[in-house]
Amino acid sequence: MSHSSTPKLAVWKFASCDGCQLSLLDCEDELLAISEKLEIAHFLEASRLQIAGPYDLSLVEGSITTAQDLEKIQKIRQQSKYLVCIGACATSGGIQALRNFQDVKEFSSAVYAKPHYIETLKTSTSIASHVLVDFELQGCPINKKQLIEVILAFLQQRQPNIPSYSVCVECKQAGKVCVMVASGTPCLGPVTHAGCGAVCPAYHRGCYACYGPMESPNTQALSRRWQDLGASRKDLVRVFRTFNAYANDFHKISEFHEKKEK
Amino acid sequence: MTAFSIDRSELDSLFQALKKRGYEVVGPTLQDQAIVYDYIESSAELPVGMSDEQEAGSYRLKKRSDGALFAYAVGPHAWKKFLHPSHQRLWTVKKQKGDLQFISEKPNSIRYAFIGVRACDIAAMQVQDKVFLSGTEKNYFYKELRENTFIVGVNCSHAVSTCFCTSMQTGPKLLSGFDLSLTELIENERHIFLLKCGSKKGEEVLQELSYDQAKPAEQEAAQKLIENTSQQINKNLDVSNIQELFYQNYEHSHWEDVAERCLSCANCTMVCPTCFCTTVEDVSDLSGDHSERWQKWDSCFSLDFSYTHGTGPRRSSIKSRYRQWLTHKLATWIDQFGSSGCVGCGRCITWCPVGIDLTQEVAALRGIQK
Repeated sequence: MSHSSTPKLAVWKFASCDGCQLSLLDCEDELLAISEKLEIAHFLEASRLQIAGPYDLSLVEGSITTAQDLEKIQKIRQQSKYLVCIGACATSGGIQALRNFQDVKEFSSAVYAKPHYIETLKTSTSIASHVLVDFELQGCPINKKQLIEVILAFLQQRQPNIPSYSVCVECKQAGKVCVMVASGTPCLGPVTHAGCGAVCPAYHRGCYACYGPMESPNTQALSRRWQDLGASRKDLVRVFRTFNAYANDFHKISEFHEKKEK
Repeated sequence: MTAFSIDRSELDSLFQALKKRGYEVVGPTLQDQAIVYDYIESSAELPVGMSDEQEAGSYRLKKRSDGALFAYAVGPHAWKKFLHPSHQRLWTVKKQKGDLQFISEKPNSIRYAFIGVRACDIAAMQVQDKVFLSGTEKNYFYKELRENTFIVGVNCSHAVSTCFCTSMQTGPKLLSGFDLSLTELIENERHIFLLKCGSKKGEEVLQELSYDQAKPAEQEAAQKLIENTSQQINKNLDVSNIQELFYQNYEHSHWEDVAERCLSCANCTMVCPTCFCTTVEDVSDLSGDHSERWQKWDSCFSLDFSYTHGTGPRRSSIKSRYRQWLTHKLATWIDQFGSSGCVGCGRCITWCPVGIDLTQEVAALRGIQK
């Protein structure tokens, strides 16, 4: 089948666990339809076939952690008409951005027998810290239905329907009972970007903020509420330093609590 | 209105009579440590012997020893969940042989019987009636559901610290808007309900129950119960000259104070029984031959809500979003629909994760420290 007129899709990986690109493979029912609409030109997790650029749509997973990454992302940007970041690593630096708060040399010598073989940057940063990004799909991992929506929006040349309000909106729309109000369970839902469908509150657990900051997170106000519920400064530093630790709003609030703790 | 009395055991006959008429019975039931509204089969699924304690940002269930069925205040769900659902398909469009075929969504023909509707929530339905049914363009999804709904109201026997229906003059006594009203009386090991009919439909259903004329002592006990509930309500919202209060205080420094506390999470608007705002979303499939337009609950606390082409969100600060919500709810709503948008149910106070209390915010605008 000739793909000459179909748009070319590339999927790229930087520092990441591969979970977000796996979401694309996980689109079992829709994957065939997607491959009919888009020529999958570069997607190493799915195929060794590598078709040269330029690409109409690049999905980028992972964060920038090495000097090679810095070069590679520039090349990808130059070859891509649209560049969409998928997942917490690409949008905020990921869990590996915890290194940004410490000395990476110290880590390397503690972990590796021969740390001098390790060539790495001091920080793990988002794709948008280095190149212009057309859209960021948050989540650790991303929601596959949202990924399809982003691809569809690209194909139809429209804005994706990806709301950036809080998890609370999804939680309430689904008729769930607020765990923070009804049982005093600390929850990060009010400062977290919607997208997961409020999975944890549905199982009576507080939200862990896997989807990163929502559009206007009031992390100070939520922190005060957590403290009323018994959380310490140390707890607050930890909960904001997970998969989206280096997302601007979470980064700022964890540093605030860390300073206050000292 | 003539008062009748039925035994507690007759409540299941009421459920049966409603089901026989084709109603889906929905009522309060226990779920996830709260009393919510869901489909129920019998009175055993009601929150038997349960009550609640509510404060700003806190809700806790509490057991009672008397087996009461309705001795609690309103919970996290509002009836709008059924009458104005969070997701509603509006139309579908299909591409066939190059032509577009538009198919309007038919209104849902489900017939609900709501059990245990409180006075404040009936007032909320009447507010939404004005929103959806009073203009030239009627919301026919809402209209169909609302007209087909059978309402069994309950007079409140228990108020919590977040209740303020007395300020908004919506309760706790049921005055209108129901097909049947109940008052639960538990005395000397007798568990009965005082019952009144509010409509022809209600009278017909009554005929299928085994009932007595209510005795004067029972009527007096019911009256007393409601008065007691009224007295339990301590929260107060001063609504005098409320429009002027807001219109003269757009730049009051207190809005900054609220913005420091407000999460802009939208919980207040989600639980509010009158908040009606929606957005529309076009959902298409990969074939490009099929698309649907869906209506979804939205909130004035979201940035997209005030997004305008070319300028971005008009209300980018949390301050402007909170001010918009409260000003609309308590003041401009009156200009728009002829009544307040607030019925005093207190849900926005209880279910605000950080416990923001609109009655205190209004008092602060008036310069009163609480």
